[in-house]
Amino acid sequence: MINKITGLSRRYAPVLAGASMVAIAALALSASQTAAQQKTVKIGFVSTFSGPTAVIGNDMRNSFELALDHLGRKIGGLPVEVIYEDDAQKPDVGLQKTQKLIESDKVDFIAGYIWSNVLLASLKPIVDSKTMLVIANAGPSQIAGELCSPYVFSTSWQNDQTPQAVGEYMNQKGVKTAYLIGPNYAAGKDMLAGVASTFKGQVVGQDLTKWPDQLDFSAELSKARAAKPDAVFVFYPGAAGVQFLTQYSQAGLKDQIPLYTAFTIDELSLPRQKEMAIGVPGAQHWVNDLPFDQNKKFVADFKTKYKSSPSFYGAQSYDAAMLIDSAVKGVKGNLSNKDGMRDEMRKANFASVRGPFKYNNNHIPIQNFYLQDVVKGADGELVLKTVATIVKDSKDRHGDKCPMKW
Amino acid sequence: MLLFIEQSLNGLQLGLLLFLLAAGLTLVFGIMDLVNLAHGSLYMLGAYFAATFAALTGSFVGAIFLALFATLLVGMAVELIALRRLYGRDHLDHVLGTFGLILFSNEMVRLIWGPAGMNLPLPPWLNVPLQILPGVYYPSYRLLIIAVALFVAVLLYLVVMRTRIGMLIRAGASNREMIGALGINIKLLYTFVFGIGAALAGLAGMMQAPILTVQIGMGENILILAFVVIIIGGIGSIRGAFVAAILVGLIDTVGRAFLPDVLKLFLSNSAASTAGPALSSMLIYLVMAVILVMRPEGLFPAASK
Repeated sequence: MINKITGLSRRYAPVLAGASMVAIAALALSASQTAAQQKTVKIGFVSTFSGPTAVIGNDMRNSFELALDHLGRKIGGLPVEVIYEDDAQKPDVGLQKTQKLIESDKVDFIAGYIWSNVLLASLKPIVDSKTMLVIANAGPSQIAGELCSPYVFSTSWQNDQTPQAVGEYMNQKGVKTAYLIGPNYAAGKDMLAGVASTFKGQVVGQDLTKWPDQLDFSAELSKARAAKPDAVFVFYPGAAGVQFLTQYSQAGLKDQIPLYTAFTIDELSLPRQKEMAIGVPGAQHWVNDLPFDQNKKFVADFKTKYKSSPSFYGAQSYDAAMLIDSAVKGVKGNLSNKDGMRDEMRKANFASVRGPFKYNNNHIPIQNFYLQDVVKGADGELVLKTVATIVKDSKDRHGDKCPMKW
Repeated sequence: MLLFIEQSLNGLQLGLLLFLLAAGLTLVFGIMDLVNLAHGSLYMLGAYFAATFAALTGSFVGAIFLALFATLLVGMAVELIALRRLYGRDHLDHVLGTFGLILFSNEMVRLIWGPAGMNLPLPPWLNVPLQILPGVYYPSYRLLIIAVALFVAVLLYLVVMRTRIGMLIRAGASNREMIGALGINIKLLYTFVFGIGAALAGLAGMMQAPILTVQIGMGENILILAFVVIIIGGIGSIRGAFVAAILVGLIDTVGRAFLPDVLKLFLSNSAASTAGPALSSMLIYLVMAVILVMRPEGLFPAASK
């Protein structure tokens, strides 16, 4: 056996030598490349660019690119390179792509992440390597609590915050009993827990459905109808929101039981939900018509450039680019000064499209939540509109579990 | 009790839809001995065709018939161009070849129809709930799915058992060399059978489209259920597919509806709400495992070849 191995290595010795020489050459080359690129900000952007939820990823990428346009294709005055990676909405793929960005691309920042389960799976290599992370959507409770980390920031929300606002609104509307339905993954569980935490009435039943492959909600709708609640609360992001609303109105429930939503109706799903979405309220920290200058600029330029309306996913991605820019500016381009960038980001010192906000101790925004409604716009198209402010300066409820103090 | 009836109808509807998909799959698998992973792509194509024709013609029923014909043609074309080369080869080759077809058709759909997906809106007369029993409302469109699928099941039974072409199909399944030697054009027969299988998959897709919306990759998850159905039912047996499909539909739906409540009887509330959804989504696979242990050939094994 040993003879065999040495025989093999003898036979392959020239090949091995050749290979190692190539490797050395490659190393030298990459070393010289890093020297030349030292002044480039490298950002990895992980989102979903394939499958039925690719529309969300595209919206995020478009908004991130628009932000770079607005920044003159520079981050903090330095040239920027963005590497987009597709997580296919799968935690294992997300982890792989994240590791690739850290280990082989050696990015300075990672941004993106739509799905809470994908983010939770990908978090460890990011935190271990102390790569700066700006989350542009997912907000699992763990990250706001015990898994909070000095170099991890969010430009979105913690999952509970939006449904908490919906719960408040249901109280205002005098809802006494509610039935909750959502998908069975990290965010779905957070959302249902969130609405239950502020809703003062009684939760008469709840269902968690298999995610993402269960798209037929007939069993859950029958149960909800039989429970005779005053209201149904639902969380179904992406295309599942279209399917839920379709089946809700096919079952005749839309006229029977009022529906309250979180992240189910947005600019991406509305063109397919159409009239079914009229009269279905939702809560949101950003709506396209918020009266801030930077928001008007974002929405108008997005429409000109991409011929469609941006969604809240896009708004958060736009803010992610702006937050990174503010951090790099704050340390005057010294990308190795991570504590400096962290301190700068904690100030939220940029013009957010949602208006000014502060960071909680766990790096989750403290921000307003608005009631949004679907109305017919000037040209007959359906648009989302801010109706009222439900909660001012909402602070997520997991900050106490996060040991960070600053 | 009323809730149980409603949930059973939901299960029946899902089961019959699965039957449409599984019937084509089991025909192709049982008669041509071809493992067709791309069956889900034909399901997706059926839905896209129906949505496109509905947008063009404005008629729901007309769009369904046009789309049915279009999927039949696409199925026969796929058989002629690609699958014919796979007959008589190893099942692994079938899996590889038809998996390639999945990737191909997903990308093709993305190029033609774009990534955003489509809607197939129902005409107003189908978009209302019907009162089937006092106090029990049921979406009329789901009732239509039940009716159409039952009609197709009867039709399929009559064609396979009572017509000359059905006789040829059954003969081809039991001994393909012999029927070839008797002067029957077996290649043409296979193309035809594959076309029918494709049309059935397309029908399932277009029936499901108004409920689930039309999107890329929509056939991949449901195809797994269809495979479970034909394995439980016995590969190649349409009767087995019918019984197994209804069984799977009922177990899946009724399990989802009542299992969490049943678990609450002997588990704590929070444990039940965690275990319930997890267990109910495993339920049909548990049933499949049990059935495979008791009857490895499935419930209704097709006559040996």
